[in-house]
Amino acid sequence: MSVAFSEENLKEFNRLLTRYPDREAVILPSLHLVQQQFGNVSNEGIEYVAGLLGLSAARIEGVATFYTMYNRKAVGKYHVQICRNIACSLLGAEHLIDHVSGKLGVKPGQTTADGRFTLAKVECLGACGTAPVMMVNDDYYENLTAAKIDSILDGLK
Amino acid sequence: MELVLTTHFGNDQYRTIGTYQELGGYVALKKALGMTSDAIIDEVKKASLRGRGGAGFPAGIKWGFLPKNDRPRVLVINADEGEPGTFKDRLIMSRGPHLLIEGIAIAAFALNAHMSYIYIRGEFVKEANILNEAIDEAYAKGFLGKNILGSGFDLDLTVHRGAGAYVCGEETSLINSLEGKRGWPRLKPPFPAVVGAFGLPTIVNNVETLADVPWIITNGGEKFASLGSEKNGGTRLIGVSGWVEKPGVYELPCGTNLKDIIYKHCGGIKNGKALKAVIPGGSSTPVLRPEEIDVAYDIESMAKIGSASGSGGVIVIPEGTCMVRILGVLMNFYAHESCGQCTPCREGTGWFKTIVSRIENGKGKPGDIDLLLDLCDNMMGRTVCPLSEAAGMPVKSFLTKFRDEFEQHIRDQKCPYGNKFQSAHA
Ligand SMILES: Cc1cc2nc3c(=O)[nH]c(=O)nc-3n(C[C@H](O)[C@H](O)[C@H](O)COP(=O)(O)O)c2cc1C
Ligand code: SF4
Ligand code: FES
Repeated sequence: MSVAFSEENLKEFNRLLTRYPDREAVILPSLHLVQQQFGNVSNEGIEYVAGLLGLSAARIEGVATFYTMYNRKAVGKYHVQICRNIACSLLGAEHLIDHVSGKLGVKPGQTTADGRFTLAKVECLGACGTAPVMMVNDDYYENLTAAKIDSILDGLK
Repeated sequence: MELVLTTHFGNDQYRTIGTYQELGGYVALKKALGMTSDAIIDEVKKASLRGRGGAGFPAGIKWGFLPKNDRPRVLVINADEGEPGTFKDRLIMSRGPHLLIEGIAIAAFALNAHMSYIYIRGEFVKEANILNEAIDEAYAKGFLGKNILGSGFDLDLTVHRGAGAYVCGEETSLINSLEGKRGWPRLKPPFPAVVGAFGLPTIVNNVETLADVPWIITNGGEKFASLGSEKNGGTRLIGVSGWVEKPGVYELPCGTNLKDIIYKHCGGIKNGKALKAVIPGGSSTPVLRPEEIDVAYDIESMAKIGSASGSGGVIVIPEGTCMVRILGVLMNFYAHESCGQCTPCREGTGWFKTIVSRIENGKGKPGDIDLLLDLCDNMMGRTVCPLSEAAGMPVKSFLTKFRDEFEQHIRDQKCPYGNKFQSAHA
């Protein structure tokens, strides 16, 4: 698959170039754009960003691998990320993770055979007052119970 | 009770510039633009505004550290909100983005910074979008951009999203991340005020710290100081999570009694349980036993009892919870988040995780508690950034205050709580 920004993302990329005194600062935002458009940050995505910024692919890869949010491998259509940190654990996160794992038939870190769901355990999402919390792609879901998760996941197309 | 930040947070329209202005917004900026830089910084000093990001450094004094020269300066706003138990800046950004933007504009004017960046944790996509909309509105009205309100002062403000790394909340790591590097903390000195983002003198402040600034300019530093306790001006957003009846963010005067926060404001322990422990200021702060929480929630009072108000995140732990398991959750986190740059931190957090986990799983060895304590001593003060201490403090305090529970696990070679957290929906 060849990677290139959509017209809209190219416009955003060019806007970003004007916002920093240094091109390298645009690496993180560019990788976000790649992931938003293609679902993950592949080697092609890295080379594309390197080309746009005139930097080496190794330089971009060093950044992409440091940050956990950049998916270097493909993930399912829905990336279900359940917080396993302290406030969520106190209010039952580990039971919820077991529940979702059973429901989807995958362990954390795995993707369902149909490619629809990837399950992940993540660290504190900064929403501890409404624990337990999960993200599905860019959206937060809070005050979770097993029943609530069922209806959220069942409602995804 | 006088509120500084949250008065209008119940109003959905408050995040739009029209409503914000109707309710008195951007008047403080106009006033500030007519003041001298020194007068603004003086007002913030008088306010006893302490940094809300964790370390509690006085904001006015920090602002005074910028070298007196003509080099361009940068203001960086720390919206990384990564410390487990902390969730207050998210509220400001989603309910009152213009409060933050106005605070940034005033601070940047006082610091003579023409570039500013909000470094927001990557997961806060919605909040980043809200901020971007609000920033566009502020540019359109002339509160940002060139020649702000005819003052001749220019300021650009850009939202920069992080990408999932707790260590990037540490200010020098954050600066590296802003520059497009891996988020490795830098050795200090040089301090960011001298060499910071893009090699320029830089001030890093937390979201809440800057959101307090418009109120200070409008009402005066002394008035702000009088809202709180000695040396701790104003109110604080205190995020209470865990096992309380009404978790959430509460705006309360600095120095409010911690026991009252939990029992009066938050309705006490959920399901009428007894209290077992409180982690008072985010996951890195030393744990307290129930008999210790009758204390003023401010920086000096908390330090006196050997803990900290940190980032304002109060985590409430009920009876029936395994403290070893909790420490295991935290150590998993710190081991995952250590950037690996310093040997004592990289190895130490790894060992914390391994040893606490084996104790929890009934495989603890007789010397394990002492081994953990030795590791703590080894990690303190010997690293580039305070993350290793942030990991060591919970270990030390859990082992000191709940030592019997660790000993029991090791002696019986099993978890008395059955290796699980209790279910919240019993
Ligand atoms: C590991 C680590 C993580 C931190 N995370 C945050 C954070 O998420 N948000 C924040 O404002 N400060 C955080 N800090 C504190 C910052 O380094 C810095 O002190 C703060 O942003 C300064 O702003 P203030 O003076 O307004 O509090 C962290 C510090 C460390 C050592
Ligand atoms: S103390 Fe830990 S997190 Fe901080 S710089 Fe050293 S290795 Fe990295
Ligand atoms: S602990 Fe789960 S959101 Fe903070």
